[in-house]
Formats: sequence, structure tokens, C-alpha cells
Amino acid sequence: MGGRQGFGHVRPLTAEPPFAEPWEGKAFALGLLSIRAAGANLHAFRHALERVPPGDYLGDYYDRWLHASQLMLADSGILSAEQVTARAARLSGSDVPEPEPPEPHKPDMPSGGPGNLRTLDTPPAFAVGDRVRTADLHTSGHTKLPGYVRRRTGTVTAVRQAEVFPDTAATFQGENPQHCYAVEFDSRELWGADAEQFRLSIDLFEPYLEKVT
Amino acid sequence: MTTAADHIDPAVRAEALASLLIERGLVDQATMDNFIKTYEQSVGPMNGAKVVARAWTDPEYADRLLADGTAAIAELGFKGPQGEHIVVLRNTPEVHHVVVCTLCSCYPWPVLGLPPSWYKDPSYRSRIVREPRAVLAEFGLELGDDVAIKVVDSSSEVRYMVLPVRPAGTEGLSESELAALVTRDAMVGVAEVAAP
Repeated sequence: MGGRQGFGHVRPLTAEPPFAEPWEGKAFALGLLSIRAAGANLHAFRHALERVPPGDYLGDYYDRWLHASQLMLADSGILSAEQVTARAARLSGSDVPEPEPPEPHKPDMPSGGPGNLRTLDTPPAFAVGDRVRTADLHTSGHTKLPGYVRRRTGTVTAVRQAEVFPDTAATFQGENPQHCYAVEFDSRELWGADAEQFRLSIDLFEPYLEKVT
Repeated sequence: MTTAADHIDPAVRAEALASLLIERGLVDQATMDNFIKTYEQSVGPMNGAKVVARAWTDPEYADRLLADGTAAIAELGFKGPQGEHIVVLRNTPEVHHVVVCTLCSCYPWPVLGLPPSWYKDPSYRSRIVREPRAVLAEFGLELGDDVAIKVVDSSSEVRYMVLPVRPAGTEGLSESELAALVTRDAMVGVAEVAAP
């Protein structure tokens, strides 16, 4: 979303309950439990969120969660979209037949332990103060290198703990842990000479970066 | 694209998914209810406010908090999902931090609970990394030109919480009185903490 235009003013800061309606709480809980049921892979859930069709993506936040849960469960062969559609129709009073559940094919990915923090034997390639340039990455899968910081030069300001690499983990291709760095950019490097003056910090994985000498 | 004919009301979709998963034994009602209750009642910005008030009144705690946010926050009993690695950003009269997740809606659940609507909206996620001063002004926060802005995009598993500036005139207040002043918005960095 970073830098996209046309979304208008921000919503005012008001007090609001965590869930505006009961179904939102249910969607939240179903999201967490679907992640658990489909391989305990948070990256796969984020990847599913990104694959929700744009019209639905930009609608209700927790409806997006429901769509993503359904996608992730379908990917694992736990439930099919047709089953959900049929059940929804039945709940709404239509006497449609319910299809058979799909053949489960839950992906299996070896886990290096709970959570996403990992320890690597190899030393980090970059150090605080290094100038780095971000890759020109165009993936059709999942990545944590947002479009607005691609092909930009910044400075490493912290070496974070290594983490599971979302780009491979999201599709169950392996944890493939990577070093992670806080990288700071000048706003004019991101948005041109007339940009508001500020600095932007973002955490980036080692494969996204190359050293500028 | 989804057409009108495909549209399922979200409340119905939630019920359909829940009933199918419960039948398969993959989900049970009690666990669902427990998740909902936890984030409605026990986990929210009141937790982060206690962390901030402790840091304001105990300089050694503040040092630990800035050095290792996760561990210092766990000292007060706050940990759990989306809190694996928490980094605390100290705002000063010279530097103002503001946090976003442009890719999704990452947010430090153990200290702030679930994110508010504005944090998840496309308008905030798209604009705060491009024109933060304009966005903060829309929220009602006018920062002087002498204040440097640092926007922090949560793109890894690191979660960020802002330690706001302690307002003037609060020297006599107790830790719990201070905690009552601290808002969710100040801990994301879209507001300052107002004096009582």
C-alpha cells in the first residue's frame, strides 16, 4: 500500500471496541484457528490475505480475514470454496446440496522451532552504517520488500535477529532463515526532491540487499 | 472478480466456516470464545500504558525497555502472539516516531491489543510513508518544522511501540495516574500525550 494514491483522508481517531460486530470477533478467532489447522504458517496466511480479490480486499477488514482463511484452508485441502458457498446458502435458507470435502493435502514444512526468530551460524553480511541498495524484485508470490522501497539506497541502522524468510515460508518452500536489518531511507530517495522531509525505517531481509561501495 | 451473485454476507460466511470447521473437529466453540474474550478484555492499550508509565517513573526500567523491549515488557507480564520481538522507539521533543504496516496490519498485540480501523485503512497505510506531516496534521497533530519525523514500517516480525514524551506538569502524578493519561494513538505515534 505504501505510496499508493487515491484513498483519501484518514479516519478520525476515535475510541472503538476491538470488534464492532459479533461476526468480526468470530472472523478473528477463525483466522487464528485456521492458521493452526493449515500448518501453523503465519506467512501463508499473509500470502492468502494478499490473494483476496481486490474488491473484497478493500472491503471490511475482518471479511478479508474470512476470505484469507477460506483460501488457506482450500490450499491445504481442508475445505473447498464450494463447501463454504453451499453451507452459507443453507444457512440463508436455500436447500442446496453440500459437496463432499476435498482430499486433504496439507503441506508439510520442517520447523526450526516455535515462532519466527532464528539463530544463524553465518555472520551477517552487513553492519550498522553500511550503505545498501534494495533489489529490483518482482515476485508473483509473497515478499516483505514493499514496492515503494525497491531500487533505493539507504543505510543500515540496526542488525535484527535472524528470522524465518517469509518469501519461501509463505508457500511452504522452507523456513530458509535470513539475517534482517533495519534500513533507513531519506524521504527524497523514495519520493523525489519535492518530498516532505523525513526519514523512513523498514526491516529488510539480507537477500533483498546489496552493499553500495 | 467477485460478482454480486457470489456475495456472501460476512456474518454468514463466518458462520459457514465456523460450522464446517467445528464439524471436522478442527475448531471448538470454547477456544473461539476464549480468543475473542482475551482481545476484548485482557489485551489492549492499557497494557502498553503501564509500560510507558513505568518507563516515565523508573529511568533504569526505561533503559532496559529501550535496550530490549521484549524482555522489559515481559517483566510486566505482557507477552504472546505478535510480541515475539518488540522494539520501543523513544519520542523526544526533537524526534517523533510514527509506526505503520504498509503490507498488512502488523501491530504489537501484547501491549496495544488489536489495531484500530484507521491503522488498517488503505489511506493511512498508503500515505503515512509518503506525506507523514500532512497525515499527522489530519489527525490533529501539528509538529513544528524543527521536529524530525521518522516513519517506521513494520515489515518483519519486529513489532514497534512508541514511548511518548511525558507531558509537562505531571511531576506529582503516581504511576497509575500517569498510565491513565497514555493513549493508544500516542503509542503508535499519531498523537502526543496531553497534560491532565
